[in-house]
Amino acid sequence: MTFLSGLLAFADQVGYQVRLFFLVLHRLPHLLKRRAQLASQLYGAGNKVLHVVVLVSFVMGMVISLQTGLVLAEYGQQDQIGIVVAITMAREMGPFITAVILAATVGSALAAELGTMAVSDELAALEVLSVDRTSYLTMPRVVAMTIMAPILTIFADAIGVIGGGFVARSQLGVGRVLYYDSAIEALQAPAALIALPKDVYGGLFKAAIFGCIIAVISCSSGLRARGGALGVGNATRSAVRDSIIAIIITNYFLSWLFYQA
Amino acid sequence: MERPATRTPDVLPSGPVPEDVIVRFVDVHKAFGKKQVLTGLTLDAMRGETLVLMGPSGTGKSVTLRHAIGLMRQDSGDVWVSGHDMSRIKPAELSELRKHTGYLFQEGALINWLNVADNVALPLIENSDLPRDEIDDRVREKLKLVHLPEVWHEMPGEISGGMKKRVGLARALITEPKVILYDEPNAGLDPEISQSINELIAEIADGLGVTSLVITHMVSCVRTVADRVVLLDEGKVVVDLPPDEFLASDHPRLVRFLGTDPD
Ligand SMILES: Nc1ncnc2c1ncn2[C@@H]1O[C@H](COP(=O)(O)OP(=O)(O)O)[C@@H](O)[C@H]1O
Ligand SMILES: [Mg+2]
Repeated sequence: MTFLSGLLAFADQVGYQVRLFFLVLHRLPHLLKRRAQLASQLYGAGNKVLHVVVLVSFVMGMVISLQTGLVLAEYGQQDQIGIVVAITMAREMGPFITAVILAATVGSALAAELGTMAVSDELAALEVLSVDRTSYLTMPRVVAMTIMAPILTIFADAIGVIGGGFVARSQLGVGRVLYYDSAIEALQAPAALIALPKDVYGGLFKAAIFGCIIAVISCSSGLRARGGALGVGNATRSAVRDSIIAIIITNYFLSWLFYQA
Repeated sequence: MERPATRTPDVLPSGPVPEDVIVRFVDVHKAFGKKQVLTGLTLDAMRGETLVLMGPSGTGKSVTLRHAIGLMRQDSGDVWVSGHDMSRIKPAELSELRKHTGYLFQEGALINWLNVADNVALPLIENSDLPRDEIDDRVREKLKLVHLPEVWHEMPGEISGGMKKRVGLARALITEPKVILYDEPNAGLDPEISQSINELIAEIADGLGVTSLVITHMVSCVRTVADRVVLLDEGKVVVDLPPDEFLASDHPRLVRFLGTDPD
């Protein structure tokens, strides 16, 4: 593929995703009618990944605590470790871990599910039966991911802080009370609009955007799948890859938006 | 080049069609990438008529049917369905047209996460205000019609290919459509069920003003349902005759096609 045709394909794909996003917004009023689908998508997404989120964020909290703690200890500042873990989890790692796990599990499943429907004429059947596929398929999936990502992020934040606490005590000799007091204190900076601490709600806001991005990218990838089982495989692969790239890029801009000097 | 044995005139007038012409293709071309599939397809189906399409695999029969329901758009030529020019039809008109059209997909195309009953009920659940028990009654009636009264809670993945196809048929019929497009309704069925599906198609086609297009490989289907039969080859019509003349024809392409086809 030449550079130019690659660029055109990329523009075509992004155009499709943006259009899909606006179609989903347009169908939001159908949410009440689609509440059964929404509930089953919420349950599916949460149920499929909660244990992974718990495991990964626990270990991630431990690593942050260990690495930063060793550096802090050189300056005799290891008492500050609770602050570092809490802020890092809430602002960056909680939302990011959750998003990557969602992309790899739920996003890939969405792409495979819709891709299978695309290659086995099920999408054509919906069209012939005058069933609007954005309202019936895409909108509930996008909304479910947008809701589920911040909920999972709350778990990731909390479990990450707990994981960091174990390491703080066993490796750095920082007491439990001191650790949690400083962690909670660090998250007290109030937000402008909501009664949640700014670092937490900023992270949850990011997570919601990530969830929406993953769902839109994975759904478009599935809906556009062509050519049998092979096509479904390609759709799944590109859904995960593109979601993770999009998350990393968006994350920078959102962080900048929230925390610029 | 042999002249096609055809009743549809070679050149149909383009422009608006008479009211009793339900489906009209005029010199339709369609390619996928470099691959030419339809190469000047011209045919007519009149109101109340049952038109059977035969032809070797990969010759564009399913593609033809997809054009008639607006799932594909031709590269050139005209497709008219129920008075609508399919290349200019508005989304609302297309949706309305589809509500009066039944379409049986070659592989059934059941929604894989809905059970049999919900699949058959889907068009009514989505597009009508009927109460659920009324819908269930109709689903039961249609499943009986396709000889599948006992599958109800089964998922599409749990039933055979032939059963999927019959469930797809029940779903296509649930709205009592006036135009029905069947893509190989009896492929993969045992002879007894296959014949009863043929009889079902013939019976439905006898209903007031029901127009059917049926793709099949089976001579028994031609005998039971057809008012007219066309043979497609390489993306165009090569034979277009009433069934008895079609089966007796000595058109060389047709002899070769039927000769290689058992049944
Ligand atoms: N959506 C599509 N994209 C690309 N090629 C297609 C598509 N649909 C059909 N074709 C090709 O068109 C040709 C005719 O297909 P089809 O109409 O399904 O044949 P048949 O007469 O057996 O029903 C085949 O070669 C098929 O590969
Ligand atoms: Mg076919």
